[in-house]
Amino acid sequence: MINASLKDLAAALGAKQISSVELTQLFLDRIHRLNPDINAYITLDADRSLAQAAAADVRIAQGNAGPLTGIPFAQKDIFCAKGWRTTCGSKMLENFVAPYDAHIISQFDAAGAVNLGKTNMDEFAMGSSNETSYYGKVQNPWDRARVPGGSSGGSAAAVAARLAPAATGTDTGGSIRQPASLCGLSGLKPTYGVCSRYGMIAFASSLDQAGPMAKSAEDLGLMMNVMAGFDQRDSTSLPREKEDYTRDLNLPLKGLRIGIPKEYFADGLDAGVAKVVLDAIEQYRKLGAETVEVSLPNTQLSIPVYYVLAPAEASSNLSRYDGVRYGHRAAEYTDLMDMYCKSRAEGFGAEVKRRIMVGTYVLSAGYYDAYYLKAQQIRRLIAQDFEQAFKQCDVIMGPAAPGTAFKTGEKTNDPVAMYLEDLYTIAVNLAGLPGMSVPAGFANGLPVGLQIIGNYFSEARMLNIGHQYQQVTDWHTRMPEGI
Amino acid sequence: MSLTTDDVKRIAHLARIEVTEADAQATLEKLGGILDLIEQMQAVDTAGIEPMSHSQDVTQRLREDAVTETNQRELFQSIAPAVENGLYLVPKVIE
Repeated sequence: MINASLKDLAAALGAKQISSVELTQLFLDRIHRLNPDINAYITLDADRSLAQAAAADVRIAQGNAGPLTGIPFAQKDIFCAKGWRTTCGSKMLENFVAPYDAHIISQFDAAGAVNLGKTNMDEFAMGSSNETSYYGKVQNPWDRARVPGGSSGGSAAAVAARLAPAATGTDTGGSIRQPASLCGLSGLKPTYGVCSRYGMIAFASSLDQAGPMAKSAEDLGLMMNVMAGFDQRDSTSLPREKEDYTRDLNLPLKGLRIGIPKEYFADGLDAGVAKVVLDAIEQYRKLGAETVEVSLPNTQLSIPVYYVLAPAEASSNLSRYDGVRYGHRAAEYTDLMDMYCKSRAEGFGAEVKRRIMVGTYVLSAGYYDAYYLKAQQIRRLIAQDFEQAFKQCDVIMGPAAPGTAFKTGEKTNDPVAMYLEDLYTIAVNLAGLPGMSVPAGFANGLPVGLQIIGNYFSEARMLNIGHQYQQVTDWHTRMPEGI
Repeated sequence: MSLTTDDVKRIAHLARIEVTEADAQATLEKLGGILDLIEQMQAVDTAGIEPMSHSQDVTQRLREDAVTETNQRELFQSIAPAVENGLYLVPKVIE
């Protein structure tokens, strides 16, 4: 049951082989046993979860079940869920009980899904290892001395350790794809604007995008059917027709043109990871795909551009934490200014403060054109690289991360080394394109993800490409030992 | 571009984050590395390139100028650090 697909879980629920309450309890029991070490969840509320499960059982009995009804999902603690403590991994929001639901949460609720708990994450989604969380680091279930990646590290560890059938994540610079790669999962960052950001605590608004994390591409498609859709409460949500993201899963791949960017296989890529990724591409050739070398010449620039745009937007977004309406307030202060400064100094962790300061600096008087505007101009060049590449191919494939899971503490003292973790993922966010990571094998005993980058709104095709690969490989069904 | 600890203190003040002398020194080293990374952008000729803020060619939507939110003051203030009579309390700002 713990390794079942969402489709199989729905079938078991529909056939009354198991109730939603039993299924939810099964996962809560596993969480109770394993989470004290793995630390994938920040907040659990068994009563709430089981009440949702009981309601789902009624719905199933009435014959009103949808594909996700009664299935428990772990929710990244960046999504406001009414009545649930929602911390975003920060001390700042240690006591914040969300007074409303994020769009994504209400979509899961409407589908009859169960909220299993809120997962650990890098503070305000700023990190690639889950080590910046105020609620402690998360263990990678494949090697407990290593990080699960980040920022959606708790969601990744939860699914990898089978502490949830699937989970939500968010991806601003790789925060779904990199942890999916490091934990052996499938994860999709949709086209910017496809999933509403309403109630998703903001980091860098022009880049943030929610997406599903699961075992298989098929599971991702079923979740996308619930998560995607226009929402007028998000000013950047795109008005589009509803689509069935699973509609193309079974299409053959004959004639698929795969672009391989030479820049993604240059210096900095682990040799073991490169081999796994190239083997996966070889598997696609066997499935009838053709490959063509493409170039994304501005790849290296995506990191500096991102570390201007994301901190700039973060410094603005995080100015709302002033200790007045909600969030942490210092115990002692002399005046209003002192209250702001002390509350923020105490409430934010070191990495968040660093990024706020970088953002404040690049936006400060006289620097806007040299940094923010310049970064937005180069952002267009990066998007144009992809536009050129997609004239030659249908999708682009390469690694999702430059290496496998690294040791806890290995990169915490060098922010720039940590930032390079996202070399292959950031450009996709800057261009607003969809990107996916699927398990493609192991290097040094640790999972490796294959990144699939599609053109705008090609998620259904990308899921088809992932699904076909998963019909002839079994990497996505592998489980770590000791769970 | 090299920052000084005074610059760090000035930026921290703009960001409304209290820093101690020791914080400022430690932050200076880390920020230096990040700003060096950012400097790589300056080598690119971006003359005439339109800045990009959204990947799709979209314009801001407008809606009817009508009330869409209901009053939930009590719920919202239930999570505030300090309230009194429906007002958020802050230190005195006007003498």
